[in-house]
Amino acid sequence: MSQIIAGDQFQEKVLNAKGKVLVDFFATWCGPCRMLAPVLDELATEKAIDASPEIAAHFNVTSVPTLILFKDGEAVKQTVGAQPKQNLLAFIA
Amino acid sequence: MEDIKLFDVAVIGAGPAGLTAALYAARAGLKPVVFERISPGGQLAQTEHVENYPGYNVNTSGFDLAMIMADQAFSFGAKLVSEEVASLEDMGNMKVVRTAFGTYWTKAVIVATGARPKKLGLPLEDELTGKGISYCATCDGNFFRGKDVVVIGGGDTAAADAIYLSRICNKVYLVHRRDKLRATPIYHDRLKEVPNLEFCWNSVATSLLEENGRLSGIQLADVKTKAQRQINASAVFIAVGMAPNSEAFSSVLPLSPEGYVLTEGTAKTPVPGIFAAGDVRTTPLRQVVTAVADGALAAQAAAEYLDELADIESE
Repeated sequence: MSQIIAGDQFQEKVLNAKGKVLVDFFATWCGPCRMLAPVLDELATEKAIDASPEIAAHFNVTSVPTLILFKDGEAVKQTVGAQPKQNLLAFIA
Repeated sequence: MEDIKLFDVAVIGAGPAGLTAALYAARAGLKPVVFERISPGGQLAQTEHVENYPGYNVNTSGFDLAMIMADQAFSFGAKLVSEEVASLEDMGNMKVVRTAFGTYWTKAVIVATGARPKKLGLPLEDELTGKGISYCATCDGNFFRGKDVVVIGGGDTAAADAIYLSRICNKVYLVHRRDKLRATPIYHDRLKEVPNLEFCWNSVATSLLEENGRLSGIQLADVKTKAQRQINASAVFIAVGMAPNSEAFSSVLPLSPEGYVLTEGTAKTPVPGIFAAGDVRTTPLRQVVTAVADGALAAQAAAEYLDELADIESE
């Protein structure tokens, strides 16, 4: 299940979460982001999507889509750009 | 044992060329499947506005136009397989398409995998992608609101990127290795009107500068005088042309020195039963309008090929 989370939920849903959370930093005007969205839905893993600029800035995000994998609240991996399902499966493995 | 799936026509790539090939193949009763590595739309879905596709006005976003094309193709029965094609083999009357998830047999193939932005090939380019290096101005421009940015290139994409960025950034440097742009003339006039744009003619990027893990600027060299110049910038947008997505076909299809799939006339490759359409093939013009025309011609050629194949098999 993917969900849109607002800035104030980031702490609870991502930073305080046990296990892995994949966060997609996206923008509605960005073609590659919109192409990536159905691929993320297909993965059907626990993931949160966030569009808060202050959080993006905190993680030095300057390209969309950027995917950051959090493990027990800590950012462990980062990747930029729309990409195929098998790459994402490897990324979250 | 894994499932073996058999098709009449497999279209590889769901950009304008592949979607149109699927539309025409479906309407010809061929039940096409379309393989797509990410999701439908291709480069069109990453284009802010399309001004030169007849019948749509300047306010049509590339993404919306691409989605209309996809819906149209799928409404006529084309099936989408969201898998990246890893290889294609020619077994004569059958072709084998392999992905990370399965093996598919098909009588005909239409290769429509398009092209992707070329890299500069400089050190730090990959490391700084997403940290100041970008290949999509309309995606990432907003992160550099009020900053100084550089666009590299001299074609339509570079010109459109420079105009777009000039509206949101403090200053835009347009770096081109020649003394004149390749871009369509309409862009030359528009660029002249942009107050916060500086052209850097006859210049090539020689190195990317980094500070605290982010891009901080770029080093340029004048191709004639060899004079060096440093520009401090928060972002560099690279628009130095495209490279074809043909790697998966290099063992079965002859490619041009630049990697484009060689085609005879319109859609035929030298391998019977394999056709090519859109930006991935050798063609003098790569536009949405030529891609969709290619798609229709490739579907027509594939239908004719399948008819001939059926005639031979029934003899």
